[in-house]
Parts: sequence; structure tokens; C-alpha cells
Amino acid sequence: MKTNAETTSTDLPALPADAQPVRKGAASGPGGGKPAAKVASGVFSGLSHVALAVWALLVIVPIVWTFVAAFKTNAEIFGDAWTLPASWHFDAWGRAWSDANIGRYLLNSVFVVTISTFLTMLLGAMAAYVLARYEFRGSKLIYFMFVSGMMFPVFLALVPLFKVVQNLHVHNTYQGLILVYVAYSLPFTVFFLTAFFRTLPTSVAEAAFIDGAGHMRTFFQIMMPMARPGLVSITIFNVIGQWNQYLLPIIIVPADQDKWVLPQAIATISTSAGYRQDWPALMAALSMAIIPVIIVYIIFQRQIQAGLTAGAVK
Amino acid sequence: MRQGRYPFIIGFLAIPVVLYAVFVIGPYVQAFQIALTKWNGYKAPEYVGLKNFRDLFEDEAFTSALWHHLWILITLPLATLVIALFFSFLLNVGGGAGKSGTMRGVRFSGFYKVIFFLPQVLAVAILGVLFQAVYRPNESGMLNGLLAKVGVAPVQFLNDPKLALWSIIGVVVWQGVGFYVVLFSAGMSSIPKDVFEAAAIDGAGRFTLFFRVTLPLLWDTLQVGWIYLGIAAFDMFAIVQVLSVDQGGPDNSTTVVALEIYRQVFRYSELGYASAMGVVLFFMTLTFAALTLRVTRRERIEF
Repeated sequence: MKTNAETTSTDLPALPADAQPVRKGAASGPGGGKPAAKVASGVFSGLSHVALAVWALLVIVPIVWTFVAAFKTNAEIFGDAWTLPASWHFDAWGRAWSDANIGRYLLNSVFVVTISTFLTMLLGAMAAYVLARYEFRGSKLIYFMFVSGMMFPVFLALVPLFKVVQNLHVHNTYQGLILVYVAYSLPFTVFFLTAFFRTLPTSVAEAAFIDGAGHMRTFFQIMMPMARPGLVSITIFNVIGQWNQYLLPIIIVPADQDKWVLPQAIATISTSAGYRQDWPALMAALSMAIIPVIIVYIIFQRQIQAGLTAGAVK
Repeated sequence: MRQGRYPFIIGFLAIPVVLYAVFVIGPYVQAFQIALTKWNGYKAPEYVGLKNFRDLFEDEAFTSALWHHLWILITLPLATLVIALFFSFLLNVGGGAGKSGTMRGVRFSGFYKVIFFLPQVLAVAILGVLFQAVYRPNESGMLNGLLAKVGVAPVQFLNDPKLALWSIIGVVVWQGVGFYVVLFSAGMSSIPKDVFEAAAIDGAGRFTLFFRVTLPLLWDTLQVGWIYLGIAAFDMFAIVQVLSVDQGGPDNSTTVVALEIYRQVFRYSELGYASAMGVVLFFMTLTFAALTLRVTRRERIEF
């Protein structure tokens, strides 16, 4: 690291980016005309790659290890962590799927998240559109009410929320879970989309009005399509947030095992006394919870990164 | 376009507002009221004034939870931001100037960003189970398995009260770094390239480039990151509940306020007491956000 203080060369950007990997560092930063600077730069570049590669391994290894452990026997899992299974057993995957019901929990998660994200987006966009585009008394108050929800810790609301859900008789139901997911996703959705709708040009909507389109038609056929980039980001944000929910499901659908969602199920399976001492099945269950997410992530990584960091960057 | 304006506004707002009021605002407001009662959830709540709050500060589990938040609040953002800044600098500026003269990251920076960000899409509860295998106290654990190979005695990552909290914070850092790398990368890429080039022509080395150019221009993004991590530091519920020994153990050495709230509600049915904890948590979060905004306020650099 120290070495880069010596990079003092003043030449213009030198090597093309795809020069030899080792030399590539020479093009770094300040330029790199003098040989000493080139060497220093090369060392810097090398060290950078080491640091980056080490972190990449730190991320990947535990995940890959879990996949491999799903093929081990119980005894092997309790032996040396760093040996491969003597023979690759697939049966733990079957047990995780059928006995531990991972398939069911996966479907539950897909079902709940699909409906609640759809509703979040529809209701959130409707509210945000009205708050962004129409002036009326109380609009500031309503906007502030929505936005303030972003600042409070959910745990403050835990007790009354639990009571509300019970009193409305939606405890241990999908409806309860979906309603609560939507309600708690609204603050950020409304906040983000209000800002987004404000940036859209007014002239298009005005033209639509002149052509005789009503408020509804203008919203669904003109504004929604124009807001697509914002809608996509925030949809991704909500899908991931709701897919990974743990607290809300464990308080809203604690008793009805058939309605559990994936994170809740995995956590419970794991804590319930080592899951009948069947560790390979737990690892297989864990893998089955992780693999679909990784596949989706790899396909949509660009949009996912944009979606999750949306709102944090101006 | 004036026609039907109010019916439209009401029609569009009614459902979201009602839903939000019933499930979010209502509970938040009620929580303050419930905090003043003793209530088991079935009989009528009995008002006890500020008694719950007095009891809180004699409750050892709660006070140790408060201390944990203090430690987490210092170490979690610091570790995450430093590591993330280091990597994002390498990825975005560390590679020097490319063909077109733009500053660019080291090779494969896109690939690294994809990998680093990955833990962000995994549920925290699932990471908890995953890291049980990482931290297992004998050679069957990933870390202790490695230590065994170099002849080091197994470390009790989660069983040692002195280590357990740090082990858990480690997981949160592990998960968070990628997010902030991407966040800072976005911030860095919005800095005009000629700023870097001008600095480089003036003879700035990588250190100067980082501390004198990148960091000040990244201040806004850094502040956002700090607030996000600070708020995360007041939660930690899922990871502690799933990963720690005996949910918050050993001996309450990893417990957090959120977990205490959950326990008071679902184990002891002390709903009033739990709400009082929620109120304290609320004021801690608010104080943190207000302080951060105040302390980090400085003139914005326009570019």
C-alpha cells in the first residue's frame, strides 16, 4: 500500500487498458511514465487483486461449502470441515424436499411475495401519483405520514400490530401476512415514487387531458408506462425485502406451519433441536433456499443492484 | 381536467391510507400508550405511569442490550464503511486511466462487484443458519477446521461470551460490504473524471487521490451509508435470534433490544413492558439520526 505514494509521474494516461495484466497497474492513477512508478504501480495493482480476491473467496466459500455439505453424511459433517464427501449422496435433497417441506415453503414465499409486491406497487404508485401531481388540502400531511414510517423501528409497533392482526382475525392467514407486508412496504415505495412522478414532464399528462383522457386513463396508460424505470427499481427492492422477511412472518403466521415462508421455515428447522439430527438435510434445505435466489441474482444482477441501492443515491 | 378531481384523489388514496393507518401508524401511536401500562394482552391494561421505564434500567438483560447497541453502533459502520471504501476505490479508481482517458477500476471489477453484492440478496435468517456452520466450535466448523490445520486450538466463536457479539457483528459486516461497495461505486462514478485527471496531472498519488479528492466528494453518499448502518445497528434481530447460542446468549452476551422486546411479548406476555422497550429504541434511533445529520453537516461540494 505504501508504495503508491511514490507514484508521482505526470505523464498522460499511458498504456491501453488491455495491456498485459501485470503491467496494467502501470496505467493506474496518475499515469505511470517512470519505471519506478511502474513497478510501484504494478505492486499496488497486484495487492489490490489479492485483497479483492480474498474477499470474493470469503463470500463464496461458505455458500459453496453449504452445497457440498448437503451431499455429505451426518458423520462427515461432524468431521473435518474441509474434506469432500467420500461419495456424493443425493438423498438429503429428497428428504429436505419431502420431509422438511422445502418445496411447500418455497411456493408459499413465491405466492405471498407475488401478491403483496403487486399490491404494494399498485397502491404505492396510486398514492404517490396523487401526492406528487395533485394539490389538495392535507396532501402534505398524508405525504409526511407515509414518509415518517421509514424512520420508526418496526419493533416499536410490534405489540399493537400483533393485536390489530388478531382483532381483524387475520392472524395465521395469508391475508394477514400480505396486508402487513404491503402496509410496511408503503413508506419507502411512496417516498421513492412520489419523487419519481415529480420528475416526469407535466406536458405529456396535459396533452392527454386535452385529448380527452380522464384521470384514471392518464394514470394507467400514460404515467405508469413513463414511470417504468422507477417502478422496476422499487419493485425489485420490495420483492427482495419481502422475500427475505423474517420478523413479520414469525409474528403473523407463527402457528400455521403450512403457511410458513422460506426464511422462517429454515430458521425454525435449524433451531428445532438440530432437525432430527439430520444435518445433511438441513444443508440441502438451506441450499434449496439459496440456489433460486442466486440464479435470479445472476440473471438480473444489474437491475437488482440498482433496485436495492435506489433511493440511497440521489 | 378539473372534472372528477376529488373523487379521483380520494379513490386513489383511500385504500393505501387506510391500510397504512391501520397497520403502521395506528400501532406506532398505540405503542406509546401501551408503554405506560401493565398488560398481558387479555385482561384490560392497567396504567402504571412510568414504572416500566424505571424497571427497564434495572433490568440486566435490557441494560446489557443497550451496551451491545453502543458497541455495534461504533464497530459495525466503521468496519463496513472502511472495508467498502477501500474496495470501491480499488474497483473504480485503482485501475488508472483507460483508452478514453477515463479513470477506471482494476480488471474484473464488474465481476467483483457481482460477487461482493451477493450476500445482500440472501435472507438474514438464512445467513444465520449458514454461519452456524462457519462458527461451529470444533474442526467441523469452517473456521475452526482451518485453524485445526495450522494447529491452533478451536475458538469458541459463539460460545465464548467475550467473542460471541463480535462473531455476530462479523456476519453483518460480511453481508453489508457489497452493498456499500456498489453504493460508493455509484457515488464515485458521478464524480467527473476530469477531477481525478487534474489531480493526477498535479502529481497526486493514490493516497492523495483517495483522501483529498475521492473522500470529500463522496461525503453525501458516506453520510447516507452511515445512517443506514446506524439504523441497522439498532435492529440485528434476525441474525441474533437465529445465530446466537440460546437466542441472545451465552448469558445475554449478544442480546439486543429488539430480541428483548420479542421475548417479553411472546415468552412472558409483558406487553406494556415490551412497548416501553420499543419507545426507548425509538428515541435511540431518532437521536442517532438527528446527531448524525448534525455532526456530518458541512458545505456541499457541487460538481
